[in-house]
Amino acid sequence: MARHQGRGMASINYPIGMNLGGDPSQALVHANPDGKFTVALSAIDLGQGMKQVSRQIAAETLGVPIEDVYVDTADSDTGPHDMGSFASRGTHRVGNAVIVAAKEARGVLLEAAAEELEVNADDLVTDGKGNIHVRGAASKSITVKAASQAAQFKQGKTIAGRGIFLIPLSNVSPETGEMSPVTAYAHACLVVDLEVCDETGDVKVNKMTSAYELGRALNPKMVEQQLVGGAWMGMSHALYETPEPYYPNPEHGGRDYNEYLMPGPGDIAPHDITVLERPAPDGPFGGKGPGEMCANPVLPAVANAIFNAIGVRIDTLPITPEKILRALKAQGGARPQVRRA
Amino acid sequence: MARMPVQFRLNGSDRAVFVEPAETLLGTIRRGLGDFAPKFGCGQGTCGVCTVLVDGEPRLGCLTLSVTCEGRSIETASGLADGPTLHPLQVAFMEHFAAQCGFCTPGMLMAAKALLDRNPDPTRVEVVEAIAGNICRCTGYEPIINAILAAAQQRGARRA
Amino acid sequence: MLEFRKDLFADERDDNLNVIGKGEQRQDMLGHVTGRTRFFDDHGFGGLLHLKVVRSPHHHARIRSIDVSAAERAAGVKRVIRGQDVPLNKNTLLSLIGFGKDDEPTLAVDKVRYKGEPIVAIIADSDAEAMAAAKLVRVSYDPLPTVFDVQEALKPGAVVVNETYPGNYFEYHEKYDHQKLRFGDVEAAFRTADHVLEERYQMSPIEHASTETNGTIAAPETNNRYVVHSCAQGLFFSLGTTAKILALESNRLHFIGGTVGGGFGGKVDSLTEPLAVLGAILTGRPVRYVLGREEEMQFGSPRGAERHVIKDGVMRDGRIVARQITSYFDAGAYTRLTSYGVVKCVAHMPGPYTIPNVRGDAYCVFTNRVPATAMRGFGVTGVDFSIEVQMDKLAHLVGIDPMEFRILNAYRDGDMKAHRRVAHNTALIECVQVAAQKVNWPLSETARRASSLSGGGGPRAAIPPTVTDESGRIGRPETRQAPPQLAPGAAAPLPAYQSPPAVPIYQLPPAHQPGAPLPNHPSQPAAVAPPPAPIPPVPNPPATPQHGAARFSSVFTRRR
Repeated sequence: MARHQGRGMASINYPIGMNLGGDPSQALVHANPDGKFTVALSAIDLGQGMKQVSRQIAAETLGVPIEDVYVDTADSDTGPHDMGSFASRGTHRVGNAVIVAAKEARGVLLEAAAEELEVNADDLVTDGKGNIHVRGAASKSITVKAASQAAQFKQGKTIAGRGIFLIPLSNVSPETGEMSPVTAYAHACLVVDLEVCDETGDVKVNKMTSAYELGRALNPKMVEQQLVGGAWMGMSHALYETPEPYYPNPEHGGRDYNEYLMPGPGDIAPHDITVLERPAPDGPFGGKGPGEMCANPVLPAVANAIFNAIGVRIDTLPITPEKILRALKAQGGARPQVRRA
Repeated sequence: MARMPVQFRLNGSDRAVFVEPAETLLGTIRRGLGDFAPKFGCGQGTCGVCTVLVDGEPRLGCLTLSVTCEGRSIETASGLADGPTLHPLQVAFMEHFAAQCGFCTPGMLMAAKALLDRNPDPTRVEVVEAIAGNICRCTGYEPIINAILAAAQQRGARRA
Repeated sequence: MLEFRKDLFADERDDNLNVIGKGEQRQDMLGHVTGRTRFFDDHGFGGLLHLKVVRSPHHHARIRSIDVSAAERAAGVKRVIRGQDVPLNKNTLLSLIGFGKDDEPTLAVDKVRYKGEPIVAIIADSDAEAMAAAKLVRVSYDPLPTVFDVQEALKPGAVVVNETYPGNYFEYHEKYDHQKLRFGDVEAAFRTADHVLEERYQMSPIEHASTETNGTIAAPETNNRYVVHSCAQGLFFSLGTTAKILALESNRLHFIGGTVGGGFGGKVDSLTEPLAVLGAILTGRPVRYVLGREEEMQFGSPRGAERHVIKDGVMRDGRIVARQITSYFDAGAYTRLTSYGVVKCVAHMPGPYTIPNVRGDAYCVFTNRVPATAMRGFGVTGVDFSIEVQMDKLAHLVGIDPMEFRILNAYRDGDMKAHRRVAHNTALIECVQVAAQKVNWPLSETARRASSLSGGGGPRAAIPPTVTDESGRIGRPETRQAPPQLAPGAAAPLPAYQSPPAVPIYQLPPAHQPGAPLPNHPSQPAAVAPPPAPIPPVPNPPATPQHGAARFSSVFTRRR
């Protein structure tokens, strides 16, 4: 028996936003009399951080502190239409709609402030701390709260904005497949270090190292959440999971988490991540959307690392110990390839 | 079958409720008493999102019959904070971004609390063992493990 | 562990933002750690009823009769719902955007097409009573032959799974049994390639396994409306689907959701919303329909299986000159979203590489298994696995380091993609370089100096004369090109692994195109660039250039 070390890699890109477009998202933004803003959406937060990323985008665009923005989603009576949280479209589509809505609301806010300060609204800037002042003259200022109160109680203005973002629907050629699938792509390269036991077929992932290009990382903590959790899922897809281990035989499906296997907290591997940022020209502040792509590079990198370790190719997922042992038997034992570590 | 009266403490308050003989503690806490912090994830005892403490011990709410809890003390994630003051585990989970969808979090926190209450200075392996019955599909576990270790450290520092 | 390489693409960013780019706490985190976050099931209702469905034990069977009389009399049962009670008992999810034909009943009536297909819904005072009553429903079946393999299902004479699509394939553009991608001439390129490697890859289905199962609570609200607590990943998508199936005006539905216990694509299908609302309409009471874990794992839609056959032509120096991908997506018994994933897969071919000749043929195939749906990486995960393992094999075949091989073939700004749009904002090369550096994977000087910003475009931006064909017309399987077969021994034997040559075997791409603005990229000194070495186009036989796209509306068929 021996445990063989292997290293493998894969590089990928991923389309951001619903394939072919035609998938609108809307946002509504309004302020209460104290200058606190609500963003109304019908987008879904299924853990990826839709609420928080919309909140940061709104706060940045409005020029107010993040504590002064609350994202309310999803109620079909109050949140305007959105296609949904899938196809890596949340940040890109909803984010852009929030920017449009927040810009309009900011415009009214600055007009109200301008009226109070008796200056031109074009000369006003926000400091992100709740104040509006004349560019280059910080002393000539008014708080967002005072401007909002003046707007609503004195000037009769609604500090509100509406936004929609839509990439028009693309045609697809039946003959050539010509189409405009998406407008932004994210990128990644991931290296897996693992070891394979040639007696049990067991694979232990020891380390993952990756470089992700994600446009602008709008919230690095949430990016890290996605990339760490996604790589775990990729490792799970590669080595553990399926309801049909003998596909196309439809039997043997798991009925619970004891039969449907995934790596537990004792099976995880450290993941060293480097983030590159090449902003998407049409992404919100250049953001792309890391959540969906980040399992993908792990699957082939694991398969390639197994080849590097023992010289067998497993081209069917998941790569179970049974498949490894059968392949080793067919090959007549492990044939470790050149060490890359 | 006749419904049966059961009395227990839930997060420090005495509660009395009539239950079906086959009713689970999870069902009683959620639909009977309106504490929705513990979740239903499988009903089979395989995911841990229903984890609550019964007399300080972690129990799967979906496999515990309510009638067996007579006179016991039940804790859920709703009772973890001390009034407005968060429990060190809650603080650490926040600081480490140890939740994404948040569905496993109440159960995960209770499993972690049971560990720290009996072993204030756990090793990483002991943390892993303590949450091995709690499934998380989002985080990859790493931030959860780190949060529990950090909470233990913080509590240790406060005691010292 | 996460770090940034802010030096890369620095001139494309301004770093003067207030809250964007900061690791601010999540708005929902405090709710998560205090247990206060409300998911769909965390809402109390007086008089709540519970719905469970009777499911088919057969993979494929004709339904002879359904007898619900005993179930209706069972303890606690308030209502039994059958297919005829569903106002529009045939739907396809993407009909909301006009894509595909209605093909799936909410409750099966005359036939079941997969094991676990819902036939009857029982609404009772408790889950236990609903489940007990479900056991009393008597359904008699005539079992039918089954088909489970995608390529078997495509054969003429195969068992018909779903009569809406009698050939067992989704129909694209009302013309073809698959979606085509044609760019250049792969056959001619294969003839000139030094090596041709054809391999088959298979991904089994995958369960989403979110800790929260699919479910809905629907209740009568004021003003003759219904409130619906939903786990849907698309709130209005689910609202629209429910309104269509129940023939309701959309403003009679008040959907509340947005806080979901994991989805990963598994909560797009509106599996529970229509029946829960129908139950609330028929009983006048709040109705809760939540899948159990076993139901979710066995009968909730998974990521579907995929099979990809990849045939590549590669030159000794590592340039890939042709790539042909034939893809089979196993939709299961009904379309749901698979038809869409197939088009997304075609758009993704041939991966993030610039290859002058590409051919793709992707099928959405019906089989007698649980209908598949979207999952994280939909349409891409399986083909990326296949492409990237294939890339590893090709690198091995020509004796080039796999990282160098990726960089050599990587797409760059200005390159023409196979779907005939110019690439921009690319960064594959930089990702490979950074990952290599992090793990001390040695790269040649050439590979280290390569850049996404330069070396692309020019001849690489050309759309080559393209061979098109009319293979695979709907209803004419004999016109389909024979599925690519693995030809054992056709590929050259794998040589022993060689270290990357000391002298790079390919030339550095130009730092910039003459006349183009100089890219400003720190890792790319422009001065030392040798003459451009674009990938030479492969000689092409006479061909019909195809540049115009037909109206996509021909894909979006039969809105009803």
